[in-house]
Amino acid sequence: MTALPETTDKKLGLVIDLDTCVGCHACVVACKGWNTENYGAPLSDVDPYGGDPVGSFLNRVHSYEVEPKDGPAQVVHFPKSCLHCEDAPCVTVCPTGASYKRAEDGIVLVDESACMGCGLCAWACPYGAREMDQVAGIMKKCTLCVDRIYNENLEEVDRVPACVRTCPAGARHFGDLGDPDSDVSKLVAARGGIDLMPEQGTKPVNKYLPPRIKDRISRTQAALEPVADTPTGLLGWVDRALEKL
Amino acid sequence: MHPAPSVILFTTLSGLGFGLLAFLGIGQPPVTGWVAFVFYVIAYGLAVGGLLASTFHLGNRKNAIKAFSQWRTSWLSREAWLSVFALVAMGLYAAGAVFGSVLIAPIGIIGAALSVATVYSTSMIYAQLKTVPRWNQPLTPVLFLSLSLAGGAMLAAATMVAIPLLVLAGVIQLAWWWQGDRRFGEAGSTLATATGLGAIGTPRQFEPPHTGTNYLMKEMVFVVGRKHARKLRTIAFAAMIVFPVLMLLVSGGHLAAGLAILSHLAGTLISRWLYFAEAEHVVGLYYGAR
Ligand code: SF4
Ligand code: SF4
Repeated sequence: MTALPETTDKKLGLVIDLDTCVGCHACVVACKGWNTENYGAPLSDVDPYGGDPVGSFLNRVHSYEVEPKDGPAQVVHFPKSCLHCEDAPCVTVCPTGASYKRAEDGIVLVDESACMGCGLCAWACPYGAREMDQVAGIMKKCTLCVDRIYNENLEEVDRVPACVRTCPAGARHFGDLGDPDSDVSKLVAARGGIDLMPEQGTKPVNKYLPPRIKDRISRTQAALEPVADTPTGLLGWVDRALEKL
Repeated sequence: MHPAPSVILFTTLSGLGFGLLAFLGIGQPPVTGWVAFVFYVIAYGLAVGGLLASTFHLGNRKNAIKAFSQWRTSWLSREAWLSVFALVAMGLYAAGAVFGSVLIAPIGIIGAALSVATVYSTSMIYAQLKTVPRWNQPLTPVLFLSLSLAGGAMLAAATMVAIPLLVLAGVIQLAWWWQGDRRFGEAGSTLATATGLGAIGTPRQFEPPHTGTNYLMKEMVFVVGRKHARKLRTIAFAAMIVFPVLMLLVSGGHLAAGLAILSHLAGTLISRWLYFAEAEHVVGLYYGAR
């Protein structure tokens, strides 16, 4: 089971727009909510109201600052969850067969009834996408909301991952990245979507859209230049009169 | 990486135990009867004790038996099988030696080979991880094997073999440290590749995703113990290699051998602690750490 499928029929995944994300953490909360109330062991919090709270999350939003050579620094909010890698190292290391990648849609999942909580898969993931739940002792990870996307009981508009559904900025897109004609694939092509840590050889399915080039102060500089160094008219008369005093 | 005592004890003790079993398997020393019994109690105590220690870090022990299922892909699963095969083969050989006073050489040799293979599979659990560049180098299995055999030779009282094996293990340990210090840079992961923001400029962490800690940071971004790493390396090397070699050279007595073994064990534990504490996981980059 922990052998990776040669190919998958679909490559379902997310496209995350770093240009649009405002860092509101709504996706973090929506993810925690859905995945605590639904499939599998709940995402626990330890000492949630105490001095040292710690909890399991399947999606976290980092914030980075990056300074171009010729411009001011910009802040980039950076949501990160499982990238459902094609060459998922987390799957092949798993000794119990709990971790697997589905041949039909490429989603990487953990069968919680088989996981022994050894944590090796979390070590194998370069992205920190897997967290061992401290209460359940079981490995938790993004399921791409497998219990939503095929769920006929939900309205069609809700059959996307909770994070995508909730993002108020429209920074998260869900679709089949294996189909070059899908909306997400076109978006990736148009915006030059990238892989995270390509040197790790994981071939992530999820793609990140880099921030667009920001306007530079230098371009607007002309509008801010003073139009005249010496005042004219009434102001010029005042200026000259004061000068003489 | 977090240096969990269970994993440090597991790799150190089972390494020694399987090292001793490997020597016993090739008839070094060719003991039978009560003497053999004592040797096998020590060997099995170390090997099985180590394996049991490893189960203490499992979050969900009731599924541990399933770890035998994925031997085709998983080194951890292979290790589970190899350790059982080795213990069974050596058990048969031990039974012959203890109760029948016979050494069934073919079984012993198979048991010895399986013992060595077990140590190799343990090392590959770490060496396979591209995410921890320090471990992801060809010398990692060599280090585990050489330490296991050197310790095994000492326990087997094969002094003439133990001295060169200790020296060899020492050289490999130094080479492994030297190489390990370079591996993170060679692997090429930086915050720029991790975020893909390198095309814009040099990224740095602005704000972490949460104010507290989390499983990832506790498990994989362990930076506390590195401060004294250099000193600890020296202490580990002296205790693990230098002192035992000197002891074995100056005296052939039981006391010297006993002290040499204890010193070697203590040194190996420190070295194994550093093995984890100094290992940097690439996920640390996302948290502005290494
Ligand atoms: S992001 Fe991590 S957990 Fe997800 S498939 Fe890739 S390696 Fe596995
Ligand atoms: S923690 Fe569970 S899913 Fe991960 S490698 Fe261990 S048994 Fe497999």
